[in-house]
Amino acid sequence: MSALAHLPTGSRQPASPPKAARSERYRLLPYLLLLPGAAWLFLFFVVPLVQLAAASLYDPTGSLSTGYVLTWAFGNYPAAVQAYWPQFARSFAYAGIALLLALLMGYPLAYAIAQRAGRWKNLLLVCVIAPMFTSFLVRTLAWKTILSDNGWLVGLLRDVHLLGPDGRLLATPIAVVLGLTYNFLPFLVLPLYASLERLDHRLLEASSDLYASPLKTFRRVTLPLSMPGLIAGTLLFFIPATGDYINAELLGTPNEYMIGNVIDSAFLVRLDYPQGAALSFLLMSAILAVVFGYLRRAGTREVL
Amino acid sequence: MATENPAGDLRLANLSKTFGAFTAVDELSLTIPQGSFFALLGASGCGKTTTLRMVAGLEEPTSGQVLLGDRDITRLRPYKRPVNTVFQSYALFPHLDIFENVAFGLRRRGIRPVHGPVRQMLSLVQLDGYERRRPAQLSGGQQQRVALARALINHPQVLLLDEPLGALDLKLRRQMQIELKRIQVEVGITFVHVTHDQEEAMTMADTVAVMNAGRIEQLGTPAEIYEFPATAFVANFLGQSNLIAADVSGGNGGDLLVTAHGARFSVPSARSRADQGPVFLGVRPEKLQLAAAAGQVPAGNQHLEGSITDASYVGVSTQYLLRTGWGTELSVFVANTGAQERFAVGERVVAHWNPQHAFLLDRRADEHDRTTPVLVP
Repeated sequence: MSALAHLPTGSRQPASPPKAARSERYRLLPYLLLLPGAAWLFLFFVVPLVQLAAASLYDPTGSLSTGYVLTWAFGNYPAAVQAYWPQFARSFAYAGIALLLALLMGYPLAYAIAQRAGRWKNLLLVCVIAPMFTSFLVRTLAWKTILSDNGWLVGLLRDVHLLGPDGRLLATPIAVVLGLTYNFLPFLVLPLYASLERLDHRLLEASSDLYASPLKTFRRVTLPLSMPGLIAGTLLFFIPATGDYINAELLGTPNEYMIGNVIDSAFLVRLDYPQGAALSFLLMSAILAVVFGYLRRAGTREVL
Repeated sequence: MATENPAGDLRLANLSKTFGAFTAVDELSLTIPQGSFFALLGASGCGKTTTLRMVAGLEEPTSGQVLLGDRDITRLRPYKRPVNTVFQSYALFPHLDIFENVAFGLRRRGIRPVHGPVRQMLSLVQLDGYERRRPAQLSGGQQQRVALARALINHPQVLLLDEPLGALDLKLRRQMQIELKRIQVEVGITFVHVTHDQEEAMTMADTVAVMNAGRIEQLGTPAEIYEFPATAFVANFLGQSNLIAADVSGGNGGDLLVTAHGARFSVPSARSRADQGPVFLGVRPEKLQLAAAAGQVPAGNQHLEGSITDASYVGVSTQYLLRTGWGTELSVFVANTGAQERFAVGERVVAHWNPQHAFLLDRRADEHDRTTPVLVP
């Protein structure tokens, strides 16, 4: 930015403004560019977050009609864990299993689109994104039909004796996990695709030339080089999947409820604001802990 | 630790590769002796890289065989071949440091120890102390040497080099040419070097094969090819030539007589690729000498007259353009030894040459003079 300032003096000096004022203006520019976004986040993220934190420490005996008092009731947290730890565990278990399924399907899919699809690449990408054109709710309701007791899938599975005569898919953990897998799969595939697409084919040839079988080439070259996309994709999949409540609500029963369902009912049904807020914070910190643990293990160098 | 198989000649037998209707490599047969430095020289698109990739196993031949010693490796997967490649783009693994890049081949084969050989190899290519750097932190020349070390450490029977110096600047390229030659002599591995740079091929290789349109036009030592090219393509691809359209008009003992544009010249039969019909009479620009008058031409030399149309003084030599009586411009390089007077543009001079330095090439009847009146090399 100070390139002009280094020009030899004398040539075009008169017209330019004083050097100090000029660099001052450029120094402020990045902050000016940040301002709208920062203001937005402050108003609609930081302020509600503080509000929520305060709500999680309200006196639990209060109610909407009698009013709440901030009594620094830290006991809300252990009470919430005590009451709802199974739903917590279930959230992470379901999201984890769904993530595994999504990885098994999504990695080969992203790889095929990025490296092998040729002129079909764009069409296939559209197919990955196409479900997003309809609403999340509608898609999940469609799964309800697919998995229903008199649907073709259950019929087929009963015929091949993978399900008993009274066996069902809907209202089971399987249905919820399948729903999560389906709904969040594009969030995993797209970042993965982006990093696999950049993968230099000549590196794979070099690896093959240096005695690496296709499997070893995948393990030693393809996988490490797709790590940034893989990390971004797993996070984009896992974080919303853990907090999701629509899939458990529509495809499961209260026995499959995840922590999202509990928070939903605390705020909207039971109107227990302190508990809902405490659960929200617990979920947030649990996810943050998992994410940081994951990033440490996966190696932040690849991300940065 | 060099090679288990002493008869490790690389042989290509009737090797062909077609991409759709395009024939990249056309029935190529070639034997590359073990331990030699072999250059495949040709313009881009002549099939030299495709040939190399078929030896590496990265391209499957349409027909023909690749043999290493007595072993047919035509259908062997690249990772099972005792052949390594230095890629044009280097293709270093960006996620691994220099040490791990060089160790890659050893580790994949489970060969131990790794540390000793890697350090030894890095010192061979003069990169000691760079173990923990990433490829992106190295200059082009350093990356090139890492690519070389990464291939050489595996002691392949054949090392393939795909335009390895193409991305380097001129000075570095000269330095690496000498370096590569030194390393080849030191390790004694067969090097097959693909290049479009004739000077690079001649500097380094024991044997050069000039490729054109999927075929080998000529194969031999750099001196053989340069002094007595087989075709007009080779004569102009490898250095410059003055090719004068002529017709064989008869013989005289060990010489062939040719007529070109009304003048008669003789060429030893031993230096003729054709003994009848339309031919090119070829003389290299530096084999032509200039004299002020026909009387000064040494006995036995052939000569023709013309006028100087351009003279460039380039230090070691002066490069003249000489317009002949029939209008063709010939290149003449005269070494600045100080023994000869210099000629000015417009002067009438006599160009003469020793018939032993001329050569006759086959010519199609409709082809005209092919000279390269480009003064700057």
